[in-house]
Amino acid sequence: MSRDLSAILARHQHDPLRLVQILRDVVEEHGFISPGTITTLAERLSLPRGRVEGVAGFYAFFPTENAGRYRVLFSDNITDRMAGSVELRQRMLEAFQVRDGEVSRDGLVSIGTTSCTGLCDQGPAMLVNGRAIPRLTRARIGSISAMIHGQAPLDTWPANLFDIHTHIERKDLLLSTPLAAGAAIDAAIARGPDATVAQVKASNLRGRGGAGFTTGVKWEMCRAAPGEAHYVVCNADEGEPGTFKDRVLLSDYADLVFEGMTVAAFAVGAKRGFLYLRAEYPFLLAPLEATLAERRKAGLLGKSIRGVADFDFDIEIHVGAGAYVCGEESALIESLEGKRGIPRNRPPYPVTSGYLQQPTVVNNVETLAKAAFVVMHGADWLRVRGTGRSAGTKVLSVSGDVARPGIYELPFGATVREVLDLCGATDVQAVQVGGPSGMLLSRSEQHRRIMFEDVPSAGAFMVFDDSRDILQVLENFASFFAHESCGFCTPCRVGTALQRRMLSALAKGYGTRRDLKDLARVAKVMKASSHCGLGATAGNAALDALEKFKPAFEKRLGTLEVMPTFDLDRSLAPAREVTGRDDDEAHLSHEEEE
Amino acid sequence: MASEKKKLRVATTSLAGCFGCHMSLLDIDERLLELLKLVEFDRSPLTDIKHCGPCDLGIIEGGLCNAENVHVLREFRKSCKVLVAMGACAVNGGLPAQRNHLDIRDCLQTVYMTGTGIRRGFIPNDPELPLPLDRVHPLHDVVKIDYFLPGCPPPADAIWHFLNDLLAGRTPTLGHGLIHYD
Amino acid sequence: MAGAEKPMFAMDGNDVPFEPGQTILQAALAAGRYVPHLCFHPEFKPHGSCKLCTVKINGRTVASCTTLAKQGDEVESETPEIQDLRRNLVQFLFVEGNHFCPSCEKSGSCMLQAVAYDLGVMAEHFSPFFPSRPIDASHPDVLLDFNRCILCELCIRASAEVDGKNVFALSGRGAKKHLIVNAESGRLADTRLAVEDKAMDVCPVGVILRKRRGFQVPIGERKYDQHPIREVAVGKATARHASGKPSPQGPSKEGA
Repeated sequence: MSRDLSAILARHQHDPLRLVQILRDVVEEHGFISPGTITTLAERLSLPRGRVEGVAGFYAFFPTENAGRYRVLFSDNITDRMAGSVELRQRMLEAFQVRDGEVSRDGLVSIGTTSCTGLCDQGPAMLVNGRAIPRLTRARIGSISAMIHGQAPLDTWPANLFDIHTHIERKDLLLSTPLAAGAAIDAAIARGPDATVAQVKASNLRGRGGAGFTTGVKWEMCRAAPGEAHYVVCNADEGEPGTFKDRVLLSDYADLVFEGMTVAAFAVGAKRGFLYLRAEYPFLLAPLEATLAERRKAGLLGKSIRGVADFDFDIEIHVGAGAYVCGEESALIESLEGKRGIPRNRPPYPVTSGYLQQPTVVNNVETLAKAAFVVMHGADWLRVRGTGRSAGTKVLSVSGDVARPGIYELPFGATVREVLDLCGATDVQAVQVGGPSGMLLSRSEQHRRIMFEDVPSAGAFMVFDDSRDILQVLENFASFFAHESCGFCTPCRVGTALQRRMLSALAKGYGTRRDLKDLARVAKVMKASSHCGLGATAGNAALDALEKFKPAFEKRLGTLEVMPTFDLDRSLAPAREVTGRDDDEAHLSHEEEE
Repeated sequence: MASEKKKLRVATTSLAGCFGCHMSLLDIDERLLELLKLVEFDRSPLTDIKHCGPCDLGIIEGGLCNAENVHVLREFRKSCKVLVAMGACAVNGGLPAQRNHLDIRDCLQTVYMTGTGIRRGFIPNDPELPLPLDRVHPLHDVVKIDYFLPGCPPPADAIWHFLNDLLAGRTPTLGHGLIHYD
Repeated sequence: MAGAEKPMFAMDGNDVPFEPGQTILQAALAAGRYVPHLCFHPEFKPHGSCKLCTVKINGRTVASCTTLAKQGDEVESETPEIQDLRRNLVQFLFVEGNHFCPSCEKSGSCMLQAVAYDLGVMAEHFSPFFPSRPIDASHPDVLLDFNRCILCELCIRASAEVDGKNVFALSGRGAKKHLIVNAESGRLADTRLAVEDKAMDVCPVGVILRKRRGFQVPIGERKYDQHPIREVAVGKATARHASGKPSPQGPSKEGA
């Protein structure tokens, strides 16, 4: 084992900054990270042991106990559930006689859940030892189970199991403009760095990851910030449930994204760039590396790019390890530095003090792709579409109860109804725009527009028809936030846990009016005092639903203002078991009989 | 004649508590006489009345550790217009809740069967005995509680101050020195 | 009084002078104005995790410990809205852990409890989580009772920055985030912690305890029995920063 560790450490130059990458390799080779491994790694990397244990304990894909030779994680987004993932998981649990989240006695397999894996247009999906399998059916589960029973190595499984499809249903500006590799870089060089930044500013391109900060201003501030080195980071940690547009951009438009990163590097004066790829997209890694290699060969990366002295730039891919919070730019940087993904205190912002405290631009995949064309074709390229404060288009990831799930690029200002018509949605009860942290829209809000001024969106567009139970949707979202809270600040750490508990009770019919009040209260506390956007938005869906779907709550409420917050009768079960009693007095009703 | 205001009817009980809060209530000493001008007691350890009639105020000491506690609490909630959780155990489970990380089955087994000095032990299973809940809960986990009076026990002065506020129609508040969790 | 040149902000209508580089909380405490806080310690860099010191500036809520004071800011602190928020945060901390004050030897000297008293928190309001958190009694001189941990990270910071030992760290995330010690066995006895360490003296609650010292101070004479935390906290700050303004009760001998 120690020899494996040496090889892994050597591969990463014994660099503590690469701790997350090192731990990924450990899991890949050993299946989990043992206490002894943690001690060895800490010694060899000259890190405090607690630091390594803390990082191992932070990320969802770092098991610290034996999790079996086959580690099966079902994607647990609401869209997976709507497509039948719960039943499929149940079948598999039964097939292996194992409990949810636990390892089978023979150490063969563990079966659990994970946050949305970004395959909502082809769910239900799962990860097996980190490898994604979409479009699960009973038949697929059957053959997967058989291969696990037979202990077939993953490499021998049929390749088509792992095929990820691309569904681009509507192209607009971004997805239809052709790119000759290097053309945007040439345009940037021709303009010079200042004019490059000026073009991006003039285009009014705003961040497509959700926050909507003006990209040109970000570049300008980073360029102006003093530092020993500048960095460009592409945020491909697309973790917002229901979002998969960056996956498609990286699979079908990788050159464009790298072109955007290189242009950004030229503009801010960066020599190194990182693409932070979410762990759920391992299938993108090899193709992206291949694209990078081609670009190096073509002189689009490396030393003196396009013959410009001092224009040296290269890109490394860092892979995440299952942490939604790392989509927040300062948490992402912490993770890049091999640490727990805890958002930093801001200011200072990454543009002045980012990676290794140096000026760093962190941009979303879609933002960088668009920036490349803005630099190439000028600010007006973007501004011909969209609205005043929302220039250009938005790439939406459409999923849920629709005929044609997939990628839709639409001008900003498009109405919700237009999107619903395009994707073939009928009997729509609700749409969740921007994912669980975004906005929950009711049937009467289909006139609303996707744009920063009205309904901003990081890209998710999940549709729920009349057959769906809004409370189950909310419970799913609440579980997601509770699972993904980094735990740094009180409001989010405790608030997301409280929210999950209350919504779970409400969905099961144990809720009361007090829970409705408390739900709103907890959401407001999170919004007002959380350290970062995760906590600040974790209560959005519940607040929206309390306003727009109140009857959905009310029809589940018990008759009392307050009911037991737990299952009273079940809480007597252990005592019944050891006393062997089952008389009337050995039971409690949930709502007291009058 | 004008002073012949109708007395408020008050019930008190101790659930999973130690009667310490009731002792503290008695510690208001001679002020008890003043209190009795304002209230009369229904079900209470002070009166030995076994079941609650309609009351204005219910004061409950102790948390919920078994089925009987739940029944009594529900009787109080049904009978009393206003319910006060008095003392740490009623407010948050208190010391009995320190068993909550243990499996109640193991507790019963240890106490009645495998503990030192026990031979041929058995776990009592008489239907007369209330079964313990798997975890101890504060009162507000099961019924609506209108007011909370913390302390282990709340000092007599705090109880007096609290009841005065309540009887006078003010939302009770406790300042420095009166508000205590221990 | 400070010179006319000194920059000021207003907190609840009162002028608060500050030194450039001071955060709102630091300046407020120095000026004798209490703002509830738990993870802030005057000797350490502000951390901003407990969020109790949240204030409102121009309609935005921010943690005052990490927000730099700015000339002319109008800061709302003890408004009903902000105090309500703080009460909820204190309730969050109580329900998250196992805080059995009657059996805790830190009771009476515990910041969490004292802040809750100050805010008039009468009950937890939410249902307690009752997590299972085994204690660590392995060390000959020190007991760790994780039940009370509020994850302020002060011991982590003290052990790393002052003691140079990195005895403490965090693992897990979300509600499963927890304090760990720097040993493969997971036992405090196998770390380099010594009773003289700074890390022994910074815990605001009752996690890190010296053995054989419990309940030595009688009830009535404990840290916050005599004076509420809002007086103790600014007493220390006033003495330390010598702003020229006496605290209402004069400087306290004991720190916050």
